[in-house]
Amino acid sequence: MKKELICIRCPIGCRLSAEWKGDFEELNISGNRCPRGAEYAKQELRDPRRIVTAVVPCNSVLQPCIPVRTDRELPKHLIDRLLNILYRSRVEIPVRKGDIFIENFENSNANVIFSSTITR
Amino acid sequence: MIQEETFDVTVIGAGAAGLAAAAVTAAAGKTTIVIDREDRPGGILRQCIHNGFGLRYFKEELTGPEYAEQAAEKAEKAGANLRLGATVLDMKKEPDGTLLLLVLSPGDGVRKIRSLAVILAMGCRERNRGNLAIPGSRPAGVFTAGAAQKLLNMEGILPGKKAVIVGSGDIGLIMARRLRWSGIKVEAVVEIMPYPAGLTRNIVQCLNDFGIPLYLEHSVVNILGRERVEGVEVAPLKDGIPQTERKFHIDCDTVLFSVGLIPENELSSSVGVALNPSTGGPLVDSGYETGVPGIFAAGNVLHVHDLVDFVSEEAEHAAQMVIRRLNGETAPGGTFPVKVESNLKYVVPNRCRNGQDTRFAFRSLIVTNDAELEAEQNGKIIWKRHYNYIRPAEMIIVDLKAEQLKEEGELTFRLKKGEKI
Ligand SMILES: Cc1cc2nc3c(=O)[nH]c(=O)nc-3n(C[C@H](O)[C@H](O)[C@H](O)COP(=O)(O)OP(=O)(O)OC[C@H]3O[C@@H](n4cnc5c(N)ncnc54)[C@H](O)[C@@H]3O)c2cc1C
Ligand code: SF4
Repeated sequence: MKKELICIRCPIGCRLSAEWKGDFEELNISGNRCPRGAEYAKQELRDPRRIVTAVVPCNSVLQPCIPVRTDRELPKHLIDRLLNILYRSRVEIPVRKGDIFIENFENSNANVIFSSTITR
Repeated sequence: MIQEETFDVTVIGAGAAGLAAAAVTAAAGKTTIVIDREDRPGGILRQCIHNGFGLRYFKEELTGPEYAEQAAEKAEKAGANLRLGATVLDMKKEPDGTLLLLVLSPGDGVRKIRSLAVILAMGCRERNRGNLAIPGSRPAGVFTAGAAQKLLNMEGILPGKKAVIVGSGDIGLIMARRLRWSGIKVEAVVEIMPYPAGLTRNIVQCLNDFGIPLYLEHSVVNILGRERVEGVEVAPLKDGIPQTERKFHIDCDTVLFSVGLIPENELSSSVGVALNPSTGGPLVDSGYETGVPGIFAAGNVLHVHDLVDFVSEEAEHAAQMVIRRLNGETAPGGTFPVKVESNLKYVVPNRCRNGQDTRFAFRSLIVTNDAELEAEQNGKIIWKRHYNYIRPAEMIIVDLKAEQLKEEGELTFRLKKGEKI
């Protein structure tokens, strides 16, 4: 198998080409200018992940919603499920930046945390 | 009588630039006030809820609101006063050399603030459709990308159901993903240039991840709909001219324009600060001082940055110069002009001093993977560096040491394209 990818680990955006046999055996990656590109390709082919950011409605008098994020990359296939839950939630203030909103979402090891402190 | 207050330093704008500058001047014991018309500090960062900020300045990857909060904490801990919900209406230079600002806030009414130095950190605003010539009526559903971002991320309001984005700058790309993650369809991103204006990684994670088509060398030739947008007509370009016979229709109820930012300098001009037509920001020397002594500038008000970390660093540097100025330390050496030619759009600063470490920031006019940037002074090449990645979307930063800037004489930078493409 062969696949072309673009590395997103830094702004350069190297064009990578990955070749493998069967279940990612003898995986060979070229086109990367640094080792992080190979790491990215391995992860992206087997289990693509992304940081997810969103806003959730809250009961603050200052702003109608509060920004949240996952504290690590979440498997892509879980993103829509997470967003659906977030958009149906409501946050009770006060909250502090870094506080956990949802712990270990679907056993992904990723928590959803608040990106902002809102106390009133 | 209008109440008057006095500070050593007044910073206009509590975005990344203003907060970083204030942290430095306050930490040095200079009484410092930061004025912002918004109710919370952070500026544009507060609406940028995505991650990708701070790797350099805070050594961790943050979202915009997290960066804003950390920057505000740093400024307040250092002892800077934050005056929020207050707008600077006017600025004047007094005969005694002090700077007098007229500030309006709902609580205090109009006040005067006098200081020895002012740091301009007002950021930038978006170009809108009015600055472009696109025919069609003006139905509801047309937004600038930044206005839509504010609506969605700060008010929690969805701008529509089906969108087309005009312009492939990073704000537009980030918004494409944001809309998709909010359940809004994104039908297309339309870009007049043959290459995307934003970063490749944003093309990948914001468009390719969702299968959103990017039409390069295409232009929106018409916006349809009377009350509300009903669609757009898009045509390919040939030598910059729309091929209207090949135009096609895209159904949508929302059009976002992501077509660039302009530094916000009405206030600066009113006090006589001269602007650089290539940046839209003030002309400055290597200490970030404008043509009006005592007035400094940093961040997006000076030139539009793509990375907030460089905004904070630039502002810290400007603040250091303000401190030196207030301490009466006069810089050694003479000043000389800095110019750009071939393939470079601009350079900041525009004047430089010999015998002083200086950061130069440039924008390229070309896309290339093989180029040499060189600096010439008095007929000699005093510095050069090879680059294997140059994009107009990414600022080029060059730090030269005092030893490299020993002499006086006009300094010219040029970007020479290599053999490879
Ligand atoms: C949509 C978008 C996405 C971005 N994405 C990234 C990214 O992923 N990574 C990254 O590193 N960088 C990113 N950037 C760039 C970076 O965030 C900005 O360059 C930076 O935050 C600008 O800071 P600033 O302080 O110069 O301006 P601003 O944040 O605009 O602050 C200016 C402040 O001045 C105030 N002000 C203006 N005039 C007055 C007045 N007369 N009186 C009182 N107050 C006034 C305004 O209210 C505002 O708060 C992005 C920028 C945008 C717009
Ligand atoms: S391979 Fe390395 S240099 Fe290339 S984009 Fe990835 S991280 Fe950047």
